[in-house]
Amino acid sequence: MIQFLLNDQLTSIDSERADLTLLNYLRDNVALTGTKEGCASGDCGACTVVIAEASQSGQSSDTENPLSYKAINSCVTFLSALQGKQVITVEQLQTGKALHPVQQAMVDANATQCGFCTPGFVMSIFALYQQNEPVNRADVITALSGNLCRCTGYKPIIAAAITACHAERDLADMQQRREVANQLNAININAENSTDNLCLPRTRQQLASFIKQYPNALLVAGSTDLALEHTQQLKPLKKLISLSYVDGLKRASQQNNTLSIGSACTLGDIQALMLEHFPSLHEIIERFASVPIRNQATLGGNIAGASPIGDMAPVLIALNASVILDNGASTRTVVLREFFTAYRQTQLSQGEWIHSIEIPLLKPNQHLVAYKISKRFEDDISAVCMALNLTLDQGVVTRLSTGFGGVAATPAFCADLEQEIVGKIWKKSECVDAGKQILTSAFTPIDDVRATAEYRIQMLENLWHRFWLETNAQDNAIATRVIQDA
Amino acid sequence: MRKLKEQTIQSAGKTDSKSMARRSSPHESAVRQVTGNARYVDDIPAPANLMHAAIGISSVASGNIKHIDLSQVWESPGVIDVITADDVPGHIDIGPVFKGDPVLADKEIKFHGQPVFAVLAKTLEMAKVAATLATIDIEKTAAILTVAEAKEAQSFVRPSHQMSQGNPALGLREAKHTAKGTLSIGGQEHLYIEGQVSMAVPQEEDRMFIYTSSQHPSEVQKLVAEVLDIKLNKVVVDMRRMGGGFGGKETQAAQWACIAALFAARKGCAVKLRLPRQQDMIVTGKRHPFENSFEVGFDDNGKINAAKIEVNGNCGHSPDLSDAIVDRAMFHADNTYFLEHCQIDGHRLKTHQVSHTAYRGFGGPQGMIMAEAMIDKVARATGKDPLEVRKLNLYGENNGLTTPYGMHIENDLSAEIITKLEQSSDYWARRASITEFNKSSPIIKKGLALTPVKFGISFTAKHLNQAGALVHVYTDGSIQANHGGTEMGQGLHTKIGQIVANEFGVSLDEVEVTSTRTDKVPNTSPTAASSGTDLNGKAVQNACIAIKQRLADFFADSVNAGPDLVQFHDNKITCGKHELSWESLVQKAYFARVSLSASGFYKTPKLAYDRETAKGRPFFYFAYGASVSEVSIDTLTGEHKVDRVDILHDVGTSLNEGIDIGQIEGAFIQGMGWLTTEDLVWDKEGRLISNNLATYKIPAIGDTPEVFNVNLLKRPNAEDSIYHSKAVGEPPFMLAISVWCAMKDALASLADYKCDPQLETPATPERVMAAISHLRRTQ
Repeated sequence: MIQFLLNDQLTSIDSERADLTLLNYLRDNVALTGTKEGCASGDCGACTVVIAEASQSGQSSDTENPLSYKAINSCVTFLSALQGKQVITVEQLQTGKALHPVQQAMVDANATQCGFCTPGFVMSIFALYQQNEPVNRADVITALSGNLCRCTGYKPIIAAAITACHAERDLADMQQRREVANQLNAININAENSTDNLCLPRTRQQLASFIKQYPNALLVAGSTDLALEHTQQLKPLKKLISLSYVDGLKRASQQNNTLSIGSACTLGDIQALMLEHFPSLHEIIERFASVPIRNQATLGGNIAGASPIGDMAPVLIALNASVILDNGASTRTVVLREFFTAYRQTQLSQGEWIHSIEIPLLKPNQHLVAYKISKRFEDDISAVCMALNLTLDQGVVTRLSTGFGGVAATPAFCADLEQEIVGKIWKKSECVDAGKQILTSAFTPIDDVRATAEYRIQMLENLWHRFWLETNAQDNAIATRVIQDA
Repeated sequence: MRKLKEQTIQSAGKTDSKSMARRSSPHESAVRQVTGNARYVDDIPAPANLMHAAIGISSVASGNIKHIDLSQVWESPGVIDVITADDVPGHIDIGPVFKGDPVLADKEIKFHGQPVFAVLAKTLEMAKVAATLATIDIEKTAAILTVAEAKEAQSFVRPSHQMSQGNPALGLREAKHTAKGTLSIGGQEHLYIEGQVSMAVPQEEDRMFIYTSSQHPSEVQKLVAEVLDIKLNKVVVDMRRMGGGFGGKETQAAQWACIAALFAARKGCAVKLRLPRQQDMIVTGKRHPFENSFEVGFDDNGKINAAKIEVNGNCGHSPDLSDAIVDRAMFHADNTYFLEHCQIDGHRLKTHQVSHTAYRGFGGPQGMIMAEAMIDKVARATGKDPLEVRKLNLYGENNGLTTPYGMHIENDLSAEIITKLEQSSDYWARRASITEFNKSSPIIKKGLALTPVKFGISFTAKHLNQAGALVHVYTDGSIQANHGGTEMGQGLHTKIGQIVANEFGVSLDEVEVTSTRTDKVPNTSPTAASSGTDLNGKAVQNACIAIKQRLADFFADSVNAGPDLVQFHDNKITCGKHELSWESLVQKAYFARVSLSASGFYKTPKLAYDRETAKGRPFFYFAYGASVSEVSIDTLTGEHKVDRVDILHDVGTSLNEGIDIGQIEGAFIQGMGWLTTEDLVWDKEGRLISNNLATYKIPAIGDTPEVFNVNLLKRPNAEDSIYHSKAVGEPPFMLAISVWCAMKDALASLADYKCDPQLETPATPERVMAAISHLRRTQ
């Protein structure tokens, strides 16, 4: 049985199908039609709702925000993700006839035209508003990167979001939040909650036993990719085993010189930790899908899916990361660059799952970059992704680790380049030429909807050139980017 | 009885201080939209026994249907009914103007993804699953997939057309310099966030009620009646609001209503047909891709004396609205420039693609960009700044005032707008600093461009320039207004409400604008061609005047005065020293048996165009504007960023500044998407592969330029339009051409501004890199 608060109503789901999306549940089962379907693939944001979760610490103090608020795309969320959480829909925001400050700001700024995307925007801004932090234009753009509007050109929406998030907060609201947190904490999550269609293991042993019992069941964590098989390819997903509540899979920690990230951690969960240790990944992480997707999608899912264009795999390959695989009885460690075996294939055996991803931290003489080329800056899939991790000792290359997306059937690296460049004096232009020469024939990418093979190869060469320029710039920096970091 | 003086009405419209305040009133549905209460078709509570339809589509682009095996579809769980073209009792062809658009494929397959059959099932998911289970045996035939192939095969949906003036051949021969150019212009997916949807609810016997998300309810009514083989008076269509239209629901909405109605009639149950997004993108027409060329003659200063322009629209498999769309491309190939000797040819190519259709600008953008392409070409050839060449060639007393289609330009605003914008945007200082920047920046190059817009307002099909309205005043003084236009987010109903409130001198709260219904106002035109407010606003005003006339006569009579002195303002009626509150007036009039309801009508004056000779006046007036865009381009990757945009645009006397500015900003960004990120890709089989939101990218929030200054030129329309306002839906879309020109300007810096870069659209990073390679090869 799945239990959650739907707005302020405690809701129990017993026998629904495992592949019922939250969007369809809201619209068809409980007639909350304020939440819209625009694409049913997590790309437009019309279906955005907000999830409130009780803060990890359990008993919250008076000053701490007792709930954390996250915008998600209800079209790619299964009900399995909602256990012990509050779902807030657009219908909940109004108090009597009084509009919520976010809603009022949208009205006042002329930020609605056709209005179909509006509830999604309202909810994304509401999630930002609930952070109780001052915001600037860049924060708003990040928060709304997953919401498309075809009418307004966004300018009034940006203005409305800034106005709303500067409005005076209602203090009574904190008391309400504590009450909701208490209600949520009262909902138990354990394996006995499992239904006919859905298993909710809490321990690795339970997980292993469910997998053994239901060998055809699929593992689900963030569901942002898996849900598309249902909403787009119309495949029924009869039985799902959720990884979201298994002990340890949502833990992220630093031990010695390694970052260990549980596979069910969402990209949103780990963003701050990753940027603390790898600040140069700022752009690639912010361009990884959108905020609502990052609030659901997990690092483990991005890797297990083995997409040749998933942006985290090239980055982690260049970082020399490993994955720890578990089957409930034993674990093994596989270097990520050896993990991907063919198109959408990995070394995972039947009965195994990714427990965590281990990332060695950088030393001061290591330079890390990750470049992404796509038609649109925000929420687009890479035509080419390139991650480079260069170690210099007094200007001489002692090691280069590479990672590439969009140029082969799997996330890839370039051993020839890694070998060739070692021992060279980095500031010499021969490094540019040698790298370009290798990269021009290192891969045989394909033509597809995102780019031609020819362009992809050209980008490998030119991004390598960009990397050389940027790492050699020092005093005489030349502009190499059209979009500056905020 | 004497008629109310026109001037009384006019003054109420123009000088009432309350109406000024109303000019910023928010969208009439804004509160409902932000609270989730605004109801779209898919949100209407399901009628009892609602069933769901889905369509099955072809997987080849061209061929003949040998056999359709639907046995597995019938056996799929929950299936109630399955239909093909053979099951249509009335017309199979639902082409809007010309024949060629079967409601379901009729023996022949004309594009990849063409709907072949439809299935009705208990749930939407059951219908969608069943729709994948047919085996369609098709004998494939050779498909024509590009404009070049279609030209080679002389494959046209409609005959070619020409406009000309002067002696273009002689003009080009006598020109000091000539230059040629070509441009490949991408199409555009509408990507209304609310997809296509219709719900048919059967009524008594054979009558049918349709809810649809359509810009053209009257056409839906007509086509539903025709496929069902019943009279138009048996069909009622209701349209409250669309979640975006942009032209994509002008003709493209009818097919889904027809299929839903066919099932509803067969099974006697309510039927909803809502297309999944990917299917919506595959089966509905788009903005026409064009392959255009020009030859231009000019002197050392860049003054153009002659031009030949050829526009080739890829129309897809059927005429749809392509005749008028290619005509509109031709009507705008001059933009704001006088072409003394010119010839404009327009071809309508038939390909095995979905039938391309109306989209904001309606061909105008694909024509207008050719004028700007010519200017850029001339500027690089003469070494002048493109802005100088633009100003040199504007319509005016010195150059000339006749368009290639023989319309005399009156009240041209382009020179004034350009001069003002040139100053307010600080064009020349920025030009100097950009030139400096580019000298010292080897990788990132900046570009700047100012481009004008002149867009003709009126349907070029004359009969469409008419509108009707129906206004009711109820006994509590509240008013209901109905008209033939549809609300798709553009704020039409808000403006109509303001007009009604202004006419009666009452507050906006008294006015309710209701859903568009074919049983309230018949035989309406589509809400298209930017004409919604111009046409329906005047029709509504006309109805209001009729009611006011009766009330004025009644009131004047009751106080023994003449109706000339009667005024409606501040929620009351006055006649000299006599006054009465609006509500009391209405109640007294009711008891005195005065009719409180009226219909209104309007037809646009002055239109006189002869297509045979391609001469005359197709447009009531022109709307003008101009924009300056500044961009940065990464010459290593082809990525770009729009850094700043300044716009000055002409909406006549604005009826609602908030709404008008919203239209300008939104149109600009949509136009920018057309020219930059929105890349339609078909594979070699003719299959659309940019068929979802992961592969087709409209502008996102970060694409909005951080500096985005939008101002209105406050100049009343010289023509007698509603309160002397101007249409605003489409014209600002073409302001985005400045982004394309600015990108070319940045690239031109690579060749010291001596070559005109060949930048095809949409200017994706890959096409920018191709332009750079081309520039380096030809330099």
